[in-house]
Amino acid sequence: MRIDRLPISVLRTRYVPGGWDVLAFVLVFAFFIYLAQAAHGLTGSLTRLEATPISLAPTALFGYAARTALRMLIAMLASLLFTFTYATLAAKSRRAEVILIPLLDFLQSVPILGFSITLVFFLQLTPGRVAGAEMAAIFLIFTSQAWNMAFSFYHSLRSIPDEMLEAARNFQLGGWLRFWRLEVPFGMPALIWNMMMSMSGGWFFVVVSEAMSVGNTTVTLPGVGSYIALAIEQKNLAAIGWAIAAMVIVILLFDQLLFRPLTASADWFRLEQEAGFTPSRSWALTMMRRSRFLGLVARAFAAMLRAGVKSRPAAAAATPVARTLVAWNSRWVDYGWYTALVLIGLGALWKTAYFVLGEVRFAEIGHVIVLGCITLLRVAVLIAIATLIWVPIGVWVGLRPRVASLVQPIAQLLAAFPANLLFPIVVSAVVLFKLTPDIWLSPLMILGTQWYILFNVIVGASAIAADLRYASENLGVRGWLWWRRVALPAVFPFYVTGAITASGGSWNASIVAEVASWGKEKLTAHGLGAYIAEATTAGDFQRTVLGIVVLSLFVVIVNRLFWRPLYARAERKFRIS
Amino acid sequence: MNATAPELNLAPLLDVHSVCKSFRKPDGDELVVLEDVNLTLRPGEIVGLLGRSGSGKSTLLRSIAGLDGPTRGVVNYLGAPVSGPARGIAMVFQSFALFPWLTVLENVQLGLEALGVPVPEMRKRSLQAIDLIGLDGFESAYPRELSGGMRQRVGFARALVVHPNILLMDEPFSALDVLTAETLRSDFLDLWGEGQLPIKSVLLVTHNIEEAVQMCDRLLIFSSNPGRVASEIPIDLPQPRHTQDPRFRALIERVYVEMTARPRGEPRAGPKSERFPGTGIGTTLTHVSSNVLTGLMEAVNEPPYNGKADLPVIAEEQHLEVDELFPAAEALQLLRFAEVEGGDMKLTEAGVQFARGETDERKKLFARHLITYVPLAAHVRRVLDERASHSAPKSRFFDELEDYMAEDAAEQTLRTIISWGRYAEVFAYDDNRQAFSLENPA
Repeated sequence: MRIDRLPISVLRTRYVPGGWDVLAFVLVFAFFIYLAQAAHGLTGSLTRLEATPISLAPTALFGYAARTALRMLIAMLASLLFTFTYATLAAKSRRAEVILIPLLDFLQSVPILGFSITLVFFLQLTPGRVAGAEMAAIFLIFTSQAWNMAFSFYHSLRSIPDEMLEAARNFQLGGWLRFWRLEVPFGMPALIWNMMMSMSGGWFFVVVSEAMSVGNTTVTLPGVGSYIALAIEQKNLAAIGWAIAAMVIVILLFDQLLFRPLTASADWFRLEQEAGFTPSRSWALTMMRRSRFLGLVARAFAAMLRAGVKSRPAAAAATPVARTLVAWNSRWVDYGWYTALVLIGLGALWKTAYFVLGEVRFAEIGHVIVLGCITLLRVAVLIAIATLIWVPIGVWVGLRPRVASLVQPIAQLLAAFPANLLFPIVVSAVVLFKLTPDIWLSPLMILGTQWYILFNVIVGASAIAADLRYASENLGVRGWLWWRRVALPAVFPFYVTGAITASGGSWNASIVAEVASWGKEKLTAHGLGAYIAEATTAGDFQRTVLGIVVLSLFVVIVNRLFWRPLYARAERKFRIS
Repeated sequence: MNATAPELNLAPLLDVHSVCKSFRKPDGDELVVLEDVNLTLRPGEIVGLLGRSGSGKSTLLRSIAGLDGPTRGVVNYLGAPVSGPARGIAMVFQSFALFPWLTVLENVQLGLEALGVPVPEMRKRSLQAIDLIGLDGFESAYPRELSGGMRQRVGFARALVVHPNILLMDEPFSALDVLTAETLRSDFLDLWGEGQLPIKSVLLVTHNIEEAVQMCDRLLIFSSNPGRVASEIPIDLPQPRHTQDPRFRALIERVYVEMTARPRGEPRAGPKSERFPGTGIGTTLTHVSSNVLTGLMEAVNEPPYNGKADLPVIAEEQHLEVDELFPAAEALQLLRFAEVEGGDMKLTEAGVQFARGETDERKKLFARHLITYVPLAAHVRRVLDERASHSAPKSRFFDELEDYMAEDAAEQTLRTIISWGRYAEVFAYDDNRQAFSLENPA
């Protein structure tokens, strides 16, 4: 082969820095400096932390925002690591799957605040050091991010087309190469979408995670969350404004530097491309693609992947793996495994019951279930109201691509908006107008989650085939008939997806939203969320556990009995072919 | 072809010996997909596996590739049994199975990367393969930027780059349009004829009879349920073969005759009732739309056929692929609207009556034949008649069918019976409720 026939992309190996390189260098080094500075406080001692109270000065926010962002990034990395291991194990091992997937379903429904019980554990890991508290905060953020990511990756792994798997095996790809060359890229688009959702969800709980108090143990870590908590305590409206500004900036930075490039590159991972689809653009991605410096980094990564593969001799011996597999796959191993699982499950159940019932009487369990029903009613009404508001708006927006491209990022930003920031307005209003907290605190629950309905309806409406729209226009289908026969059925499956997320999120948010305070004024609504929040603040582990178990059961049961059948129906009915 | 040791050229590359493949059904019974298949592949030949969908030919191909081991029997490759994905056996897939996130070059390199080939050599060999298969200039393109034909070229390059002894092809051209498939086939045959391909022999799975006759040196015809080799046809026409060559047409005719022949063991002639397939409710039905059935009967009834048509001729005229034609012919045979034998289709009296009738008459005739000759339809109707509610869930029949066949076959059979029952207005089906009923929405 003559050298002049080689494609340019193959020939270009000599490193010559270009314009995009300068930008890449600056950004990479800025990132390292940021890491070094933000990590500085991680290793100090607890007493020094307590000696330096949170400052409400706007300039202090730079440091706080950096700390908070770093925590979220670390939690995101941990979530990715968790996703890649947990979901892979669940997808590859039939035996692991039977326990890991229901467990994930349950974990997803456990309220984030429930995990703050672990604070004491983390503090004891590193006595007297800040690191333990940091780990607890990061763990809390992690619990708000990891589950849906793991689910999405598990589903992707299960839906890789057979022929692609066969191709990978036929071409002798080992586990390592198959993971990086097939499984991860295949799962990437869905995973990135879920990472964005998780990041938004994470903000909602930043306030809780940075200013943790469990019983007598209270730790306030420097960050935007504790800044907000202090501002609420001191009724400082200006500080709340600054905090919002800082959050918006961090969210925008994440969007530009992390998620835009990720989604834009995920478009490259798509299997098929619908007509009229334009891949998203991102200047940061362009920079990465054009920068030769980062190109070298990418090539080094590819070489590292290859280093994981040993050069194999031409005549690979027939592997005896098959025979050992037969023994391992036998039914008896299955029976043993299931028995072990059942025994462990029973043991855990007994232990929990023993722990909870040592303190709590049976009557109280009934009371907690009633509280659960109140919260259930609240969630149901809120979802219904959000549906009435956002479905028509979503359809309207989705049918207008230019409006949609404007609305989508705004909705994303709003989804990340922590409810706590609205406490001042809501609490003052409730006090001022002497309103019932039971009703007027409720909107806080759906504040962050209603946007999922809007997102999904917009996506659904923009996916209505042009032919369908022309056909309905041609037939003169208008007004209510058009909504009933065209728009609503078309967006229904998308709506259900959004509503499932919104309902799950609202349950989770109930803990933050049913108890609201502004300075000395504290409002409490009746509900399971308030019960858990109060038990946690009082350091009452038994009641916290009871509340969490009941809440998780409510979520799982509502999902199984209501959302899942609805989803299955939507899937079946509205799919052509 | 690569020059290799002479003794290797004499010994078979691949020896498939009494291979059986069965799946365990939920109730513990075995479902046999492949039964006692024997096949030898020698260096320098292209062997075709021809059969209808469901005859297990793709399953056999996967057993040979070591992707899915046989239940009984052995696959010997170069004298040693295959027990996992074997090196030296590369595969080309129907759906191309390219990785969309890798460029053409990266896709082609993949197999070498997995073998740990050093980077410079990997690059050199990949570019050679790309060059050979006519993908020059597309190295940095992503699969989604390519047309179907170009995508499959990447599939070929990816398989060839590892220098396999055997190339397995699983309906490689069936996802392409006619013209593209033709170009790709002849390009492949040219390279093969010139000895430019780094492979020793080819095993091709197809349901396209013309493609099989054009490409192969030898054809193995598979019969279905369970899949086994029904006959073998050597093809000794010199390449390039021309489709209008009378000898080529004669071979096509012969393949049709073989494919419509009764499986061994069944009487070739006898009382009429014994000549039709399908005995109990456990017969797998392949879904054929009533439109296709009607169209086919009308076409056969009209001149120049006047009730009797040569299958290859009618297939070409009606633009029916083999995997559409044979199920349609079989359905007509099952419903006693036609007889199929010796590569011909002959309408029965009822078939002629149907072809001449108006819509209403046709529906009545179809309904009568459906209830009389398709036991499952009669069964569904009887259950609905007996029940006070005149309705029954789909799952009831699904569970029954699962005693006889695999899950997807049961699904397919029910889909067929629903479609035919709806056309004949023998019963109704509500997909939302997943239930059969006697209610007529009209």
